[in-house]
Amino acid sequence: MSDLAPRRNPSAAAARPVGAPDDAPGNASGEDPAFSGPLWRVALEGTTASLPFIVSVIPFGMLFGAVATAAGLDPLKAMVLTVAVIAGASQFAFIELLSDQAPVIVAVAAALAVNLRMAMYSASLAPHIGKAPAWVRLIAGFFVVDQVYGLSMRRWAVIPHEPLPRKLAFYFGVAVPMSSAWVACSALGLAVGGSIPGWLPVDFMPPAMFLAIVAPMIRGTANICAALAAVAASLALAWAPWNLGLIVAAAVGMGVGAAVEIRLARRSAGSPGRTEAPR
Amino acid sequence: MIAVSDATLWAAIAALGVCTYLIRWSFIGLAGGREFPEWAMRLLRYVPVTVLPAMVAPMVVWPRALEGETDPYRILAALTVLLIGAVTGRLLLSIVSGIGLLLLLQTFA
Repeated sequence: MSDLAPRRNPSAAAARPVGAPDDAPGNASGEDPAFSGPLWRVALEGTTASLPFIVSVIPFGMLFGAVATAAGLDPLKAMVLTVAVIAGASQFAFIELLSDQAPVIVAVAAALAVNLRMAMYSASLAPHIGKAPAWVRLIAGFFVVDQVYGLSMRRWAVIPHEPLPRKLAFYFGVAVPMSSAWVACSALGLAVGGSIPGWLPVDFMPPAMFLAIVAPMIRGTANICAALAAVAASLALAWAPWNLGLIVAAAVGMGVGAAVEIRLARRSAGSPGRTEAPR
Repeated sequence: MIAVSDATLWAAIAALGVCTYLIRWSFIGLAGGREFPEWAMRLLRYVPVTVLPAMVAPMVVWPRALEGETDPYRILAALTVLLIGAVTGRLLLSIVSGIGLLLLLQTFA
C-alpha cells in the first residue's frame, strides 16, 4: 500500500497533514500537493500550523519574564538565557534551583536533564532531515523544540517521502516564528513584569499543546500500547530525580510499541485466519 | 533570589546554552544522512507517541500550580484535548476546547 494512501482518504480527517488545508492547490489538478508547488507555500503551511502554539506561548513567555525578574535575574542575562536555550521547562527549572540556592552545577545539570528528551527528538528527525547540508543541520539543530518537532513529525507521518527541501521548508516555517514568539514574549514579560491574569491556567497550556499535536498520531494497536505504557511508566516514575523518569518511561513505551509491532507483523505473516502464534 | 556572582552566572548560562544545543544537534548533526539499522528505526517510530504523552501525564495528574494536588477538572480537560484532537486533527480547536472546558469547570462547577 502506498504511504500516501491515507491522505487521499477523505474520511480520515485527522490523517490530513498539519498545515495542509483540504483545498490545497494541486488537488484539483490531480497533482500531488506534497510534491509540487512553491517552497514558500510549504513554509507558510508550517507557520499557519504553528499559530495556535504561538498564541499559547504568549502567557508562558510572559510568565518566564516575570519569574526571572522576581528571582533577581537581570534582563540581559534573562534574554541571553532565553535565546540560547529556547526551552521553557528547563529555563524555569534553572531559575528555580538557583533561587533555592542550589549549587550552580546542580542547576545546570538539572536543566540539561529536562532537555535530554531532545536527543530522542534529534534521533527521530535525523532520517527526515539528516541528508541536508551540514550548515543547514547546524541551524536546524538550534530549533529542536517540542512543538517544532511534534508538528513536523505529525506531517511526515502522513507524507513520509516528502522531498527534503519541502521538509526543511515546513520545519523552518514552524521553527522560526515559534522560537521568535517565545523570545519576544519573554522580553515582554521582562518589560511589563508579572501581569498574567490569575484565572488563566498557564500550567495547563503545555499539556494542551502537546496533547493536541500528538492525539491524531496515537493510532493503531502498537501506537496506543506504546503511549499507554509510556504514560503509566512516567506516572510510576514521577518520583525519580532529574526528570529521568521521562527518559525511562519513553524508552519503555518505545520498547512496548516495537514489541507489539513485531508481534502483529508475525501474526499477519502467518497463514490467514490463524490468530495464534505458531508454537 | 539568585545569589551567585555575575561571572558564575554567565558561565552557567553559557554551559546550559551550549550543552542544550549539542543535545539538540546530536543525531541530526552526527548521524546525518546515514541509515539507521532497522531495529533503531522501529524504536524511533514511537518517539512522538511516547515522549509527549509521558511528559504531559505528570503535569496533568499532579499540576504544579496546585502544588501537586490532583485536579479532576484538569484530567477531564486533558482527555477532551486528546479526544477532539484524535477525532478532528484540528490543533486550535483541540487546545481551545480543553482550556475552555477547564475555565468553564473552574468558574461554574
